[in-house]
Amino acid sequence: MDKARTSSRRTSPRLWLAGGWLLLALLAAILAPLVAPQDPLAQDLMLERLPPFWLDGAEPGYWLGTDSLGRDLLSRLIFGGRIAFIVAFAAAASACLIGSALGLIAGYFGGWADRIISRVVDIWLAFPPVLFAILLVAVLGTGLSSVIIAIAVIDWTRFCRVIRAEAMSQARMDYVESARIAGYGRMGIMLREVLPNVLPSVVALLSLEMGIAVIVEAILSFVNLSISTDDPTWGGMIAEGRLSIHQAWWVLVFPLTTLILTVLCFSQFGEGLKARFDPVLR
Amino acid sequence: MSATAKPCLEIRSLSAVLANGQRVLRSVSLAVQPGEVRALVGESGAGKTMIGKAVLGVLPKSVRIVEGEMIIEGEDLGRLDAKARRTLIGARTALIPQDPLTALNPSRRIGPQMTDRLVRILGWSGDRADSRIRQLLDEVQIRDPERVLKSYPHELSGGMRQRVLIAAAFAAEPRLIVADEPTTALDVTVQKQILRLIAELQRDHGTAILFVTHDLGVVAKISQKVSVLYAGKVVEEAATVDLFASPQHPYTRALMLATPRYTDPYASLKPVDETVLAGLAAEIAAADQAWRPSHG
Amino acid sequence: MLLQRFLVRLSTMLVTLFGVAVVVFVVIRVAPGDPIAMMLPPGASDDDIARLRALYGLDKGIVQQFFIWLGGVLHGDFGTSISLRQDVLGLVFNRLPATLELATVALLMAVAIGATAAILGARERGTAVEAGIDIASGATLSIPDFLWGLVLILLFGVLIPVFDISGRVSPQLDLPFVTQFYLVESLLRLRFDLTWDLLKHMLMPAVALALPLAAIIAQLLKQSLKEVLDLDYVVLARVKGFSETQVILREALKNAALPTLTLVGVQFTFLIGGTVIVERLFSYEGLGNMAIDAVINRDLPLIQGIVLVFALLFVLINLTVDMMYALLNPRLRHG
Repeated sequence: MDKARTSSRRTSPRLWLAGGWLLLALLAAILAPLVAPQDPLAQDLMLERLPPFWLDGAEPGYWLGTDSLGRDLLSRLIFGGRIAFIVAFAAAASACLIGSALGLIAGYFGGWADRIISRVVDIWLAFPPVLFAILLVAVLGTGLSSVIIAIAVIDWTRFCRVIRAEAMSQARMDYVESARIAGYGRMGIMLREVLPNVLPSVVALLSLEMGIAVIVEAILSFVNLSISTDDPTWGGMIAEGRLSIHQAWWVLVFPLTTLILTVLCFSQFGEGLKARFDPVLR
Repeated sequence: MSATAKPCLEIRSLSAVLANGQRVLRSVSLAVQPGEVRALVGESGAGKTMIGKAVLGVLPKSVRIVEGEMIIEGEDLGRLDAKARRTLIGARTALIPQDPLTALNPSRRIGPQMTDRLVRILGWSGDRADSRIRQLLDEVQIRDPERVLKSYPHELSGGMRQRVLIAAAFAAEPRLIVADEPTTALDVTVQKQILRLIAELQRDHGTAILFVTHDLGVVAKISQKVSVLYAGKVVEEAATVDLFASPQHPYTRALMLATPRYTDPYASLKPVDETVLAGLAAEIAAADQAWRPSHG
Repeated sequence: MLLQRFLVRLSTMLVTLFGVAVVVFVVIRVAPGDPIAMMLPPGASDDDIARLRALYGLDKGIVQQFFIWLGGVLHGDFGTSISLRQDVLGLVFNRLPATLELATVALLMAVAIGATAAILGARERGTAVEAGIDIASGATLSIPDFLWGLVLILLFGVLIPVFDISGRVSPQLDLPFVTQFYLVESLLRLRFDLTWDLLKHMLMPAVALALPLAAIIAQLLKQSLKEVLDLDYVVLARVKGFSETQVILREALKNAALPTLTLVGVQFTFLIGGTVIVERLFSYEGLGNMAIDAVINRDLPLIQGIVLVFALLFVLINLTVDMMYALLNPRLRHG
């Protein structure tokens, strides 16, 4: 009793803090053309490597400074958030759909279906994921959809394993049998009984997966394999910052901090939601 | 055993509470003289195991001692720092645990588990510890010490493991052994042998034992003195012979009626009478009333 | 029983490897780009292209190509790299030691950091120390190796430039090595100056790889230590006079480590997967760095070879962990 109360008291602020940052970043990304102080693509060699506002030599209007081509860092961060969130939502949702469907099939039908799906999961786990992603994007060609497909194709196994385990334990329960005798369809029972039980874990995984998708997109941008190089992405900005690290540290620091905060918040948000909604933990 | 000898263990008005403030030990006082077997008897939850653990300094973190003294051979445990207390307990006491199945480390061989206290705490040489352990294994009637010392716990039966634990407890010649229901987890047939072994070793080595049990039959066989415990409070204390001859407290009498007898196994057993329980509750409440004003 | 367990694992391992080979082959062959066209200067004749296609076996059906390649692999022939024009196996073996050394150093660091935190947290359970360890490990875990690498580059490459953040060894050094296991060889040759230089280069990427794993070890091991510390044999050890630290190290650690071990095995494969991008980040000349180059250059035989070697490494680690688990558990060993 006591323990449960203290833990929910402890998870609450982390849920709000993480959710707050994500909401802020999401709003900024959606409203990018309105809130960005500069054109993220505008280059001005007169303004290259301007420092952030609190340092000497800063220009008003360029709050976080500029990169080596004189592009405004804050505006690029805000516009880069668009790609990050699109990839996060689309890739995590696709991975979740593929993984959940296969997990349900494996867990409920068992036998051959389970053996084949489990074997495929084993094979997938034997790939270095980053290399797999790079390979897939190279094969599919760079672009937003390739990045999303690559992440979904690689990370569905996370969802599959969780759902399969839950579906297996539910399939053995008596009520599934009695519901069948009462004339309900197998899959209908599955969805009605399994989904509520796995929902907290899946929501947490989904949030975690969004963070992972943002990272993978950044890694792909970093090796110059994400979307077209013109549009600002956080990973692309990091790659740029890595090159000019000795001349202008802020070109790396700001996108890196944004990325770390976002990833941290996605995982903490997921954990917080899970703690809140998990009937066992609550 | 001269009258002037210090008691081996003395507990003075020991009280303990749980994290939520509930009292689990209520001003417990008792003394164990050198070479004496003192039984602590009571129902489960009466706090008898808690007393043993308190003496050995292994109470769970959820239990806090709020008052009282524990003195081992004149040394007040409360006045020693953590390290000195640990060394004192390691050198002068031992524990015969309740469940031999969980009291041996599953991933270590029996031999080192028996000798580690002798070598690492008491500083004996390996050879001396080894021969000592073999002697003790002989005393607990283990005929193939070679095999036993090399075994892992799961390769031995429950009775064998309890013999090993008894031998290990006596090996360092402790002055006091806490035996925490040492026969409860064993088969009935093995129980009697183990009890006889403990009694024999106790007599031969002259070790004092604080014998925790819920079984009055065991109390009668092994102990010279008894403390009867209810809800963390000593309700009666007497020499074992006197206790069985003329139990003073109604709870003790009720407990005796609830214990099966070998002489009359078919006599129906009576649960503890409700008026007795009501009397006990009033007694506990009165004790707490008197205690709380001074301790909050 | 141990042997039987081993054989079962070995057979599933082979199935997994075969699956990996099929998947990587299929993925690569649906690639729209033509690697041959990239190799030739503009204006090459159709004849030249056809000759090269035949040379690399690209003119046959895809199933036939697969079995030709697989047959070669089974004989130790992984083909010839298109971009580097060298034997794939030779290239892989040339780079693998660098990656193995990096991953091993990272693993050792992760275990050392993680176990220390776990033991400290278990000893101080219920205190602010434990709460601090929980928060630190939770945050560390959420940040992947790629980002840790960048943070370390900023901190120790720029802010306090004490460690090298690029390459495997200082280029001006004269290297006496005959194998690619530089770190091992420098120790064996007692050239500790070289060992130090190698470690200075390796430290940052290794820490980046180690931190997430260290956090996982800290959490899991602390949890199972706390469970074990309530057991009777641990209580008995305390009565014997052992201190809490001794109790944890002598009695609890081995039994608590057993459940952690399996998970660390899986996590170690993630760590090796992480070397791909971390090597890139630190320009460390290992297998992962070469893999990214191979993908960018569409060097099909080299990609296949590298992916297969990584997969082999992964399944071998899982097999080793499984066997270690069986060996360390006396019940399984004698049962």
